[in-house]
Amino acid sequence: MGKCVLAVDDSKTMRDMVSFTLRGAGYTVVEAEHGVAALKVLQGQKVDVIITDVNMPEMDGITLVRKVRGLPTHAGTPILILTTESDQSKKDEGRAAGATGWIVKPFSPDKLLQIVAKVCP
Amino acid sequence: MTDDQGYDLSQFKATYFEECAELLATAEETIARLQDGMAGDDDLNAVFRCVHSIKGGAGAFAFDDLVHFAHVFETALDALRSGRAELSPQVADILVRGTDVLGDFVRAAQDGSTLEADHGSDVLAHLNALIGGGAPVAAKPAAAKPAAPAAAPVTHAVWRIVFTPRPGMLRTGNDPLLMIRELETLGTLTIQADTAHLPALGDMDPAESYLSWTFTLVTDKGRAAIDEVFEFVAGDSADVGIEPAGEEGEGWGLFEAAPAAAPAPPSGGEEGDGWGLFEPAPAAAPSAAPQAAAPKPATAPTAAQQAAGGGTGVHTASIRVDLDKIDRLVNMVGELVITQAMLGQQASGFTVESHPELIQGLQELSHHTRELQESVMAIRAQPVKALFSKAPRLVRDLSSKLAKQAKLVMSGENTEVDKTVIEQLSDPMTHLIRNALDHGIETPEERMAVGKPAEGTIHLGAEHRSGRIIIEITDDGRGINRARVLEKAIEKGLVERGQQLTDEQIDMLIFAPGFSTAAEVSDVSGRGVGMDVVRKNIQDVGGRVVVQSTPGAGSRFILSLPLTLAVMDGMLVAVGNERYVLPLTNIVESFRPTAQQARSLVDVGDVLTLRGQYIRLLPLHGIFGIRGAITDVTRGLVVVVETEGGDRIGLLVDELLGQQQVVIKSLDSNYRPVEGISAATILGDGRVALILDVSALRHMAGLAAEAAMAAQ
Repeated sequence: MGKCVLAVDDSKTMRDMVSFTLRGAGYTVVEAEHGVAALKVLQGQKVDVIITDVNMPEMDGITLVRKVRGLPTHAGTPILILTTESDQSKKDEGRAAGATGWIVKPFSPDKLLQIVAKVCP
Repeated sequence: MTDDQGYDLSQFKATYFEECAELLATAEETIARLQDGMAGDDDLNAVFRCVHSIKGGAGAFAFDDLVHFAHVFETALDALRSGRAELSPQVADILVRGTDVLGDFVRAAQDGSTLEADHGSDVLAHLNALIGGGAPVAAKPAAAKPAAPAAAPVTHAVWRIVFTPRPGMLRTGNDPLLMIRELETLGTLTIQADTAHLPALGDMDPAESYLSWTFTLVTDKGRAAIDEVFEFVAGDSADVGIEPAGEEGEGWGLFEAAPAAAPAPPSGGEEGDGWGLFEPAPAAAPSAAPQAAAPKPATAPTAAQQAAGGGTGVHTASIRVDLDKIDRLVNMVGELVITQAMLGQQASGFTVESHPELIQGLQELSHHTRELQESVMAIRAQPVKALFSKAPRLVRDLSSKLAKQAKLVMSGENTEVDKTVIEQLSDPMTHLIRNALDHGIETPEERMAVGKPAEGTIHLGAEHRSGRIIIEITDDGRGINRARVLEKAIEKGLVERGQQLTDEQIDMLIFAPGFSTAAEVSDVSGRGVGMDVVRKNIQDVGGRVVVQSTPGAGSRFILSLPLTLAVMDGMLVAVGNERYVLPLTNIVESFRPTAQQARSLVDVGDVLTLRGQYIRLLPLHGIFGIRGAITDVTRGLVVVVETEGGDRIGLLVDELLGQQQVVIKSLDSNYRPVEGISAATILGDGRVALILDVSALRHMAGLAAEAAMAAQ
C-alpha cells in the first residue's frame, strides 16, 4: 500500500509534475488547487505527506500549513512547502507556521523523491 | 532536467502552454480592470499569481529567457501590491506591455524560436524602475537571473546550539561575544538569547554570566568547526549542546526534525541540495500519532462519509479533454441521431395500437437522443467572453491612436457558442471593431458640433435567438455615407449608374468583393482586408452578416451564427432519384418560372428573367449527369441562391422536399474532395445526400460557359 501524498498547487503543470514523479515511485497522489480544496481533501482522508505551493488563490500555502497543524488528524503530517528561488522570508514563514521543510521550484524528480522519502520513510 | 528513468518533461509542456494561454488571458483581463481603476488588491494579487505560475513552469522546462522576464515582472508586481510602487495609469500601461512581452516569450518557448536578445528591454527597464522605486535601472540586471541559484552543490547543515555558560565562565577569560562572532564566520547565524535568569540590576554581579543562548547556524563547515569554537568552555565552564537541526542545500531545506518520522530521529533537521527540513513542528509531539491513528468516534463517520462522497473528487470542477476526443463524441452522436431517425422512419408503419411498447420505446429513444446531442454540443460550447475579452484593449489602443474618445459596453458575454465558431470569428470581430472606431465614431470635436457626447460608444452584444447566436457590434458614430458608397461602387463597376437601390442594398455594398481596397484603408482599419473577407469568414462558419445604418446616428453590424458546425439547417431537394441538401443560408427564394421568364442566350447559356434582372440558370441534373430528372424549366422549380460573392444563380431542381437539420459528414476525410459538393449527410432513410457548395457551382457554371464559348 503506497503512501499517500497530497499535492497542492494552483498550477496544473506543477501538480502534474509532482503527481507524475511520485506516482511513478509508487505513491498515491491526491491533488488540490489551493488551500481550501486541500483542507476539504484532508477532511475526507488521511494523507502521509503534504506538498504545497505558497502562492495560491483562495488560501495560500502558509495559511494551509497553519490550518493543517490545527487538524487533529494531520497535526503531525510532514508538510513540504514549494518556494521559488531561495526566498528566505517565505522559508521563515513556513517554519513559523509549522512546515517540515521546503523545496525550491523547479525541482528535479530525484530530489523530490529523495526529500519525500526523507520525511516519510 | 531529465533522469535515467526516462522522466520526460515534454509531456507536461502541452499542459503548461495551455495553462500559460489561460494565465495570460486572465492577466490581461485583470490589468484592463486595473486600467479602468475598478480593481482591488485582489486583482493585483491575481496578476501576480498568473506571472508567478508562468515563471514556475518555465523554470521547470528551463526556458531561461522567459524565467528571467517573468521574474522581473513578478518582482515589479510585488512592489506594486506591497505599496512600494504606485499604480498609475502609466504603470498600468507598462503592465499591459509587460503581459504582451511575456506572451512573446511564452510563444517563443512554445515554438522553440529565439527572440532578439533585447526583446522587451524597454519594458524591462520600466519594470526595473518600478522595483527600484523610481529611477530606471539598467535594462538587464544580471542579478535578476533567478533560474538557478548559484551552483553550490555543498550540503549545508543546520545546527542548533544551546549555550549556557556556568557561573564563573567569564572569570575563565572566555567571552561569549567572541564565540558568537566566531560562530558568525562559519555561516548564517540566528541568535536567541534567554534572559530568564537575569537578575535585577542592583543584584547583578558583573563577573557573572546570567544569559544563555540558542543559536541556529547554517553552515557547510561541519561539526568540528563548531566544536572548535566552544573548545575551551564546553563541559568545564559552560553547557554546550550541539545538534544537527536541519539540512539545507541548493534549492531545498528541511527544518528541524521531521514531525511524522515516527520515532523522532535524534537529528533536529537537515538541509540539502535544493531542500530543507525545519525544526520539529510544535504539534509534532508523539501524542499526535495515536490521535491520528484512532480518530475520535464522533468524527469518524463524517470522515467516512466525506471519503465516500468523493473526498478525492473535490479538487477539480473541470477537466481538460483533447478536442479530438470531443469531436469523436460529436461524430458518434451524429451517427446515433441518424440511426434514430432511420428507426423512426422504419417504424412509421406501426401504430401505437399494434405495437405500443415499440412506439413508446422509439419516442423515448428520440427524446434521449436529442438531449444527448444537445449535451454533447454543449461540451464544445464556450462563452463568447473569450472573443469579447480582446475588445477593451483594442478600443483603448485604437482610440488613443486615432485621437478619438470611445467607451466599450458589452452584454451577453456568457452566451455560449461552439469553440470553432469563436476561433473563426476572432478576426472578423477585430476588423469590425476597428472599422467602427476608424470610420464610425467621429472625433470629439465633430461629435460635440452635432450635439453628441464627446465620447462615442461601441456596444458588443451577444444573445441566443431561435437556435442561432446573434452578435451585434453597434456604434453611435456617423453611420454609412450612402452617397459615397454608391459613388464608389459605381466607380468600381459594382453597380450601374442609374440603377435603383434601396438603402439596405447600398449598405450591403460595403461587403462586395473589391469594394474596399488597400489603397484607401487607413493605417488602422488597413491590413489590406476588406469587408468581403469579413463576410467570407463569417459565411465559412455558416453565418450571415447584415448591416443597419442610420446616417448621423451610427451603424449596427449583426452577425448571425449557427451554434455548432456539426449540424446545419438545410433544404432537401430532389433531382431525379437523387437528393441534395442546399444550405439554408444560401437560399434567397424559389419559384416555378413561366415560359416567358426562361430564355436561352447563346453566349451564357440558359438565363431567367426575374423582376427585370437576368439570373443564370444551372440545371443540377446537367451538372451531375442525372437521368430522369425534370428538364423542362417550366415544370420544375428554380431555387435562387446567393453565392459568397453576392452573385445570384438559379438552380433547377425537381422539387423541394423540406427543410431539415442535417449532420455534416466531411467528404474530404471519408472519400475525397468533390467540386461543387461541400460535404455529405445521411438522411433518415439511410441514404446519403450531398450538400451543395453554391459558390463552387457558380464557378463551375462560369467555366462551362467559357468552354462553350471557346468551342464556338
